[in-house]
Amino acid sequence: MAFLDIKNLEKVFGQNRVVKDFNLAIEKGEFISLLGPSGCGKTTVLRMVAGFETSSSGAILIDGKDVVSKRPNQRNIGMVFQAYALFPNLTVAQNVGFGLKVKGIAGSEADNRVAEMLKLIGLPDLGNRYPFQLSGGQQQRVALARALAPKPQVLLLDEPLSALDAKIRVSLREEIRMIQQQLGITTVFVTHDQEEALSISDRIVVMNGGRADQIGTPFDIYNRPSTRFVASFVGTLNLIEAKVIDPAANRISIGDQAITLKEPLGAAKVGDTISLALRPEAGSIVEGANGDTALVGQVMTSNFLGSVIRTRMKVGTAVISFDMFNSPGLTPPSVGETVTLRFTASDLLIIRE
Amino acid sequence: MKRIWAWGALTFGLLYFFLPLIGMTNFSLKMRRGEYSFDAYARVLADPKFQETFGFSVMMALFTILFGIFLIVPTAYWVRLKMPGLRPYIEFVTLLPLVIPAIVIVFGYIRLYNTSSWLPLTGTTTGTNLLLMFGYATLALPYMYRAVDTGLRTIDVTTLTEAAQSLGAGWITILSRIILPNVLVAVLSGAFLTFAIVIGEFTMAALLNRPAFGPYMQLLGANRAYEPAALAVIAFGITWACMGLIQLVTRFSKHTRAQR
Ligand SMILES: Nc1ncnc2c1ncn2[C@@H]1O[C@H](COP(=O)(O)OP(=O)(O)O)[C@@H](O)[C@H]1O
Ligand SMILES: [Mg+2]
Repeated sequence: MAFLDIKNLEKVFGQNRVVKDFNLAIEKGEFISLLGPSGCGKTTVLRMVAGFETSSSGAILIDGKDVVSKRPNQRNIGMVFQAYALFPNLTVAQNVGFGLKVKGIAGSEADNRVAEMLKLIGLPDLGNRYPFQLSGGQQQRVALARALAPKPQVLLLDEPLSALDAKIRVSLREEIRMIQQQLGITTVFVTHDQEEALSISDRIVVMNGGRADQIGTPFDIYNRPSTRFVASFVGTLNLIEAKVIDPAANRISIGDQAITLKEPLGAAKVGDTISLALRPEAGSIVEGANGDTALVGQVMTSNFLGSVIRTRMKVGTAVISFDMFNSPGLTPPSVGETVTLRFTASDLLIIRE
Repeated sequence: MKRIWAWGALTFGLLYFFLPLIGMTNFSLKMRRGEYSFDAYARVLADPKFQETFGFSVMMALFTILFGIFLIVPTAYWVRLKMPGLRPYIEFVTLLPLVIPAIVIVFGYIRLYNTSSWLPLTGTTTGTNLLLMFGYATLALPYMYRAVDTGLRTIDVTTLTEAAQSLGAGWITILSRIILPNVLVAVLSGAFLTFAIVIGEFTMAALLNRPAFGPYMQLLGANRAYEPAALAVIAFGITWACMGLIQLVTRFSKHTRAQR
């Protein structure tokens, strides 16, 4: 049975259904990211788990017990906020020890735990500082230590890295993941940054308009998006319109070029329009490239992005982007040139809403 | 050219403020004919009535401040946290004591709580003192509420509350360990104003017939020449001492320095 089990969760603000039939089962020790654009209900889900928002209906079970009726201070949940939310009147050590003190843990036991936490976040000597004397990254680490000190059952983080510089954001997210794995704590991490979610999660929940569109491993989410929304939100993706030629043989056409899909077309009829997705990194125009399928098109633009060159080409009315790795021996395609893009038919995904 | 105007304005302001003070101080030192002396001060300080009424008013001020803190910090906090839409209305209510004369309040009290009423507070000394404290707290409300609310504005009340809650804290802990310490400096400036109001207040104390400092000053002012001036200088000294204390407290509160 799942350690944190969210069932049919709903939240309505006035007329506005913000979270719709949200289901999520999280195993003990798992690191889950809620990923989605701003306003899709990520924070609201997290706040219902924490108890700051009451759910309109549905159940939230932690270790088999429904916590919906419990107040936030009875739930044993650690929370990290985007704005750090350290207590400005308390020192770093007092901040970290706050939850222990509330629990009635004092003396050397509390001191040891605080010291242990400060060591865990790599700031063992800053216990006597006040929050305003720390950098943003340091403050967020302290906030993490404070949330972890009372040994919560579940750790919730709401866009904890959004207020930080790009560099610190990357290093701190790795540190959060390391600490999470070290402690084996069940964690829900909210972010709107797909790279962040892909890099540190066990599983990702892609949210769209209050619903969980897809739940899966980063690899799954990226390579096998199940909806058009997931496909377009996670990574860069070509969405290509195609016409069905022969449903029985999986034949479709892009522009005027007919190709055969791996995925069965199902109930589609001749002449139907379907949406296909292709990752820019799935194809190549290099001479002798692998692939059982080819499309011929004209180069529209070619952008040098450092490690990759992104080229857009026109196939009939469709526009397809593809990436190639930069190397000194490469001649980038020139605008107007006719090129042949080769890829594996199974990389071409059918997007059914 | 601009410089000269600025200096001129400053000089005018300082003269406007200090000349009466200097005149008053000068006068208060002239009790003995032909020479300066502290006779007036000695008289005032030696007057048992002065000690008695001043002591009474200081005690009343302290109780009023404590009562005000217990009443207003949780209220202002709660309004900010749960009913931010009500803030303009609450603010309006807290401003009412500036418009409604103290005499109206005190007559209301006397009507409501006289010896033949359902709650005869005026029947006992303690009861009357309690009424007086409520009255003082009402007079101080506009300043106290504003001070506390300003203090609350400097912290992120909602997020800090949620952070504390997620760590297991209940309302009492949150108020006493997080909210109050963070608004203390602001509360102190409100407390100082309350102190000044209570020390000088005349109407309520006189009508409730309590031996407070305000009526004593009035009495002295009506019957003597030099002593009231000395008393005023003393009152100024106390006020400035309070202000100095607030400065000190602000300076020594370690966590509020130069943040954002
Ligand atoms: N307290 C509230 N009252 C009314 N609407 C709210 C409230 N909190 C959030 N919402 C609405 O719910 C939607 C989802 O918000 P939120 O969960 O914060 O999104 P996210 O965290 O994904 O950006 C938004 O449209 C927001 O306007
Ligand atoms: Mg959010």
